Amino acid sequence: MRTSSHLVYLIALPLFSAGLLLLLGRIADKWGHLLATLVSATTFGIGVAEFISMHSHTGANRAVTQKVFEWISVGNLKVDASLLLDQLSVCFVLLITGVGTLIHIYSIAYMDHDKDRRRFFAFLNLFIAAMLLLVLGDSYLNLYVGWEGVGLASYLLIGFWNQNPAYAVAAKKAFIANRIGDLGLSVAIMISFSQFGTVTFAGVKAGAPHASPAALTAIGAMLLLAAAGKSAQFPLQSWLGDAMAGPTPVSALIHAATMVTAGVYLITRSNFIFDASSTARILVVTVGVITLLFGAIVGTAKDDIKKALAASTMSQIGYMILATGLGPVGYAFAIMHLLTHGFFKAGMFLGAGSVMHGMDDEVNMRKYGGLAKLMPITAVTFGLGYLAILGVPPFAGFYSKDKIIETAFNQGGAKGIVLGGAALLGAAITAFYMTRVVVLTFAGAKRWKDGSRPHESSVLMWGPMVVLAIGSVASGFLLSFGSSLVNWLQPVVNASNSAGGKELMKPLVVSLLALAVVALGAWYAITKYRTVPEFAPEKVSIITQIARKDLYQDAFNDVVLVKPGTALTAGLVATDRNVIDGAVRLVGWFVSEISDVLRKVQNGYVRSYALTMFIGVFIGALILWVVTA
Amino acid sequence: MNLLTLTIILPMVGTLVLAVAPRENTQVIKFIALATSIITLVSSLLILTKYKFGRVGFQLIESHSWFKVFGIKYAVGIDGLALVLILLTTVLVPIVIVGGWNEAEGGRWSVKTFYMLILILETSLVAVFAATDVFLFYVIFEAMLVPVYFLIGGFGRGDRAAAALKFLIYSLFGGLLMLAAVIGIFIIGVHNGTLSFDVTTLSHMKISHNTQDWLFLGFFIAFAIKAPLFPFHTWLPDAAKSATPGTSILVLGVLDKVGTYGMIRFCLTLFPEATKTFAPYIIVLSVISIIYGAFLAIGQKDLNSLIAFTSISHFGFIVLGIFALTSQGITGATLYMVNHGFSTAALFLVGGWMIQRRKSTQVEDFGGLQRITPVMAWCFFIAGLSALALPGLSSFVSEILVLIGTFTRYPAAAVIGTLGIVLAALYVLILVQRALHGPLTAGNEDTPDLNLREKLAIAPVIAALVFFGFYPKPAIHLINPMTSSVMAQAGITDPTPLAGR
Repeated sequence: MRTSSHLVYLIALPLFSAGLLLLLGRIADKWGHLLATLVSATTFGIGVAEFISMHSHTGANRAVTQKVFEWISVGNLKVDASLLLDQLSVCFVLLITGVGTLIHIYSIAYMDHDKDRRRFFAFLNLFIAAMLLLVLGDSYLNLYVGWEGVGLASYLLIGFWNQNPAYAVAAKKAFIANRIGDLGLSVAIMISFSQFGTVTFAGVKAGAPHASPAALTAIGAMLLLAAAGKSAQFPLQSWLGDAMAGPTPVSALIHAATMVTAGVYLITRSNFIFDASSTARILVVTVGVITLLFGAIVGTAKDDIKKALAASTMSQIGYMILATGLGPVGYAFAIMHLLTHGFFKAGMFLGAGSVMHGMDDEVNMRKYGGLAKLMPITAVTFGLGYLAILGVPPFAGFYSKDKIIETAFNQGGAKGIVLGGAALLGAAITAFYMTRVVVLTFAGAKRWKDGSRPHESSVLMWGPMVVLAIGSVASGFLLSFGSSLVNWLQPVVNASNSAGGKELMKPLVVSLLALAVVALGAWYAITKYRTVPEFAPEKVSIITQIARKDLYQDAFNDVVLVKPGTALTAGLVATDRNVIDGAVRLVGWFVSEISDVLRKVQNGYVRSYALTMFIGVFIGALILWVVTA
Repeated sequence: MNLLTLTIILPMVGTLVLAVAPRENTQVIKFIALATSIITLVSSLLILTKYKFGRVGFQLIESHSWFKVFGIKYAVGIDGLALVLILLTTVLVPIVIVGGWNEAEGGRWSVKTFYMLILILETSLVAVFAATDVFLFYVIFEAMLVPVYFLIGGFGRGDRAAAALKFLIYSLFGGLLMLAAVIGIFIIGVHNGTLSFDVTTLSHMKISHNTQDWLFLGFFIAFAIKAPLFPFHTWLPDAAKSATPGTSILVLGVLDKVGTYGMIRFCLTLFPEATKTFAPYIIVLSVISIIYGAFLAIGQKDLNSLIAFTSISHFGFIVLGIFALTSQGITGATLYMVNHGFSTAALFLVGGWMIQRRKSTQVEDFGGLQRITPVMAWCFFIAGLSALALPGLSSFVSEILVLIGTFTRYPAAAVIGTLGIVLAALYVLILVQRALHGPLTAGNEDTPDLNLREKLAIAPVIAALVFFGFYPKPAIHLINPMTSSVMAQAGITDPTPLAGR
């Protein structure tokens, strides 16, 4: 395998920049954002250069490694700080640094008014470093460092305005839900080491064929738990909506385009585990299907534009997770949808940020309306993202999402119908809630108060939006033209093995079906939202009520986890004080009574010490008697 | 006299200098104490130049006969285990002195007494890790109680006298059991014709399984009280609640490690059969400690006892690693001792400064500190991240080593132990949210941020947490030979990978 000496800069540069901006403090206020943006752009440059140089090789030779230093070495366990850039990770490197740089640029303007802008950019750079480590680490343990690193960056950015208690709580919630997922990753690492004696991807891949099905299923299930935490999948989905407390560029970068898709990366990276365990794959598709419907339903009832988009993200990642459970070819389609989603969802989030910027940070879509005329660039770029997520040809989502629906149907039998049907239903609901967002925000009559003065944002903000809109239009075609992405990923995920397999549904049929349900969903939203009341109507169907409550996810967690946990904690605190320490005090009282008798009037610790020595000698003599008897 | 003995004696010399210094001039006294601790630190660092990395067995050995009749010697020597703990001690003492510059004022006795006690404690800590004679170890193990007793009882807050007494009684009880075991092992030696307390000599001695069990328990319970392990832990939160931050750091950060140190040094090597018998039960106690300590930490309202309960959870991890009896477990546990020392030091230092400023130990009295004292808040946050073992900080390396090492032998224990990482996120982030985030709590408006002295004290601790998180290799290389030697003495080998076996 080829080696490279500059992969490490991808991580070291943003990490150093983040540390520098945090340590320098206010001194760096004037130029901190510029340095951070420059560093992000540089990592993009390195990524592009590596990508180009990969093309002069073929197959497995395209991958590049770099051993940075020996990290942990104890007994059999040898883990180096080593990086691996292969066909899979380069997709992520380009996405992270590319979209990341656009969002750095956008944030220069978006965070202009904030006196802590430097700190914000330091956190963004920290995120870039951690996320690149996540996708470049060559072992599960290296990945784990990046995995928790992005969790930290996410925590810091969600709680960027943590003087607001609700935001501080949202940050904490995100970290803890993620930690539950991380538990899965820890256990997967432990099983891997006990099974294979190694935790590198290459080592686990080599050992997987020799492992028992139970072990492989256990690893797969634990990796899925990790993915669910990071990617806001059922049952660990509840943090993502609250995470919208973070500044909107963060929502675009971390909670739409990159970090939340890390679960998809993890499963794709571990394809050798999931290929070997059909049980694990069933768990994967189940989680994917539940989440894609869950997110879509929640998305229909949100009046907060960011929360509607967050629900949509959850649902779209559900599609990707579903795809990763559909066998080798599914991985490639999952990654394709991940990349196109990275463009259109980040673009729409930036659009939402642009709207908020022009509307004094108002997020309630019921107070928008008719903004297309006043914010034409935002409306057009958002609209292109909208067409992409709906899967209207020839926009990006058409290529990626239809492929997932098609592959789901091609599973055959009842499984194929359930999975494909659910994916199709999800597409219809997606069309409904996304049309609702567009109609409420950009169409119809204005519903804002006269005090607001909506206006188009500056070029620093609409520039990145335009670039992402171009991606929303063209990326799907480019990635699927001549099966380019499928072929590219072939050495990593073995995709083409089953690509030519059974084809139960013609692609054209799937596309027509999808278009039909999408048209239905969109049409329903358009007719329903001809007039928009200022406040959400009270008398609504039971389904709407449930959707507004996020399908009772928080109530469920409260009853199942929070309340029992609080009661257990209180119970243990009382037990410790009364029972355990109580027993100790009882013994203490007993001893002091005896020693009072023994010591008569004498007092002082020296004597009690002598007493204990005496008892010690006595016990020693006793032992002497025992061992010699 | 070699460098090791010199390092043991230096703080004692400082104590003698302090004894003749005028008690009124507290600044001079503090500087003498600081200078002594720095000279001791330099001396201990010089040991690294003499120490042969990668070599198995004790180095820098020095031995003088003490009680010839019983074969008792002043015998010292170090391996990787002893060396990392000695360095932890000598690094933390100057940090404690600088960080808690004013903490001795207002005690029951003079400032001079405080620093004499601190230096006596330093001498005994270095000596206890260096001792290779079991009786010498026992004597220092007991003698250490005296300075700690007076440090807690004389210079703390609240019900300090009761807390000190509780600490003393617990420790004496443990010491008593250990004394019985020490005498027992001596008598067995005499029967075998070995008139010696030398730990290496004793480890080669054949002891029947049944006897091993009794002697093991004598040592283990003493160490489990010191460590402390559930259910022997109730002295610790009381002590932490009353002691000054400096005392807490030395007690929880270093003194308690004598317990886990003793488990490796004596329990595993002297009584390998008994170790294997009791390991499964001890594993259960460790797992209970991890989970129990974490839940109790979540439920605490007092900042100091909260930190104490997090330590009980962490000591659970250390003991888990030791008795998993794998190389990852033992190396991980040893590394954990060091990392926990730094991590706890950071928490008590910054926590102490917060308490000193607010004049309250209740978490609810803090709030919103992030906005007015950003440096202090960041330091506390990083200390908290270290307590929850965030990757990139040193505690992660040791925690994952312990868990990986445990899983190969006790998968269920490792998985339950892993729940501890979720609970750790809870107790740290709830604390951080209440103390640092949200709007400013009334009464905190004029809280000053860290001053230069405080920054100087915390900086090396945070630097160590970060450095060893990314590059633990030097510490691991120091510890690994000890681990393989202990495993060989105890006759244990790592389980081989399951797949394809």
